[in-house]
Amino acid sequence: MSLAGYVLGLADDALVLAQRTSEWTARAPTLEEDVALANIALDLLGQARYLLTYAGAEEGAGRDEDALAYRRPSSEFRNVHLVELPNGDFGRTIARLLVFSAYRYELLTRLADSADPTLAAVAAKGVKEVAYHRDHAAQWTVRLGAGTTESRRRMGAGLADVWPYTPELFTEESAALVAAGVAVDPVSLSEPWLAFVSGVLTSAGLVVPDVAAAPGGGRRGVHTDAMGPLLDELQSLHRAHPGAVW
Amino acid sequence: MSAPWDVVATVPDPELPAVTIADLGILRSVSIVDGRVVVTVTPTYSGCPALAEITADVRRALTDAGYADAEVHTVLAPAWTTDWITEAGRRKLAEYGIAPPGAVSPAPSVSLPLSVRCPQCGSPDTRESSRFSGTPCRALWVCRACREPFEHMKAL
Repeated sequence: MSLAGYVLGLADDALVLAQRTSEWTARAPTLEEDVALANIALDLLGQARYLLTYAGAEEGAGRDEDALAYRRPSSEFRNVHLVELPNGDFGRTIARLLVFSAYRYELLTRLADSADPTLAAVAAKGVKEVAYHRDHAAQWTVRLGAGTTESRRRMGAGLADVWPYTPELFTEESAALVAAGVAVDPVSLSEPWLAFVSGVLTSAGLVVPDVAAAPGGGRRGVHTDAMGPLLDELQSLHRAHPGAVW
Repeated sequence: MSAPWDVVATVPDPELPAVTIADLGILRSVSIVDGRVVVTVTPTYSGCPALAEITADVRRALTDAGYADAEVHTVLAPAWTTDWITEAGRRKLAEYGIAPPGAVSPAPSVSLPLSVRCPQCGSPDTRESSRFSGTPCRALWVCRACREPFEHMKAL
């Protein structure tokens, strides 16, 4: 895989989860949580912008961040399925944020030592933000899991909903970029990720769900039914007014 | 004509007008290359929406001071830390009603909650009410002594 393709995967994970998370704006359970989720979405959007800009430059076809975000069809998006899943209720939203930010934390920690200086800089900056997201999700997981019967039921159900999509995070890709010290081998992230997540689940009185893995394929541009409507909304303005700027 | 650093250093942060971009440590360097002023800034958070505004403000301040065609670059490395906020910046933040950040812990995996002083009454008897606030760099706190809510710039 090309460097541009690898960077696009990193960018699209952040962009698509930023879009999903921002759907909570003005709808979160409390005002404080509304602000928290909006801030998390903004951090991810910021990471996505730097990565999209870099992917466009590496590709060398003259595409900037807007061209990549607004003018690509679903089949050219390289994000994992986990980030495109509908939010569901707050329990599922938190379950997704927990497993995703724990994964991205492990990834960015290692990517900060990448032989590619741009990736290293974006990662070193982003990991500080993702550490905060991970902590926020972990606190809610414990609060909901160890809370009322209903909050515990919903947190457990949300976790079972997102868990089948976690193996895709650790699927091998871009062996040449890993060998060159540019990319991080996703397989190596699985163990530290599980150690962190299962620690949080233990504190929450929850267990790792025993569910089969979903097929995956996001990194190859194969997406779930949820991706089309997400892009319809994300790209609606540019489809109606191509090249619009403000 | 003022030195270019002195011109740029007075540019206020658009979201925290009480402090300048130099106070916050987001102004990284000012140099003159082939007769043009070249300024380097760094964002507080990746998603900082104020960066475009800051870039425009820096350029405008330099133009007004007689430095036309200034270049403003954004760098991400080394990543910004609240440890770069100057002593003057910390004092101005507190006067503005925002509790300044403590030192960034040398071991980020260890969470050691230290008391944050209320910028209104000075009491250390405060609690965090939300880890996030109006901008990514701030959190919402409440003072138990004077009962006033206030913002705290989180250590990063």
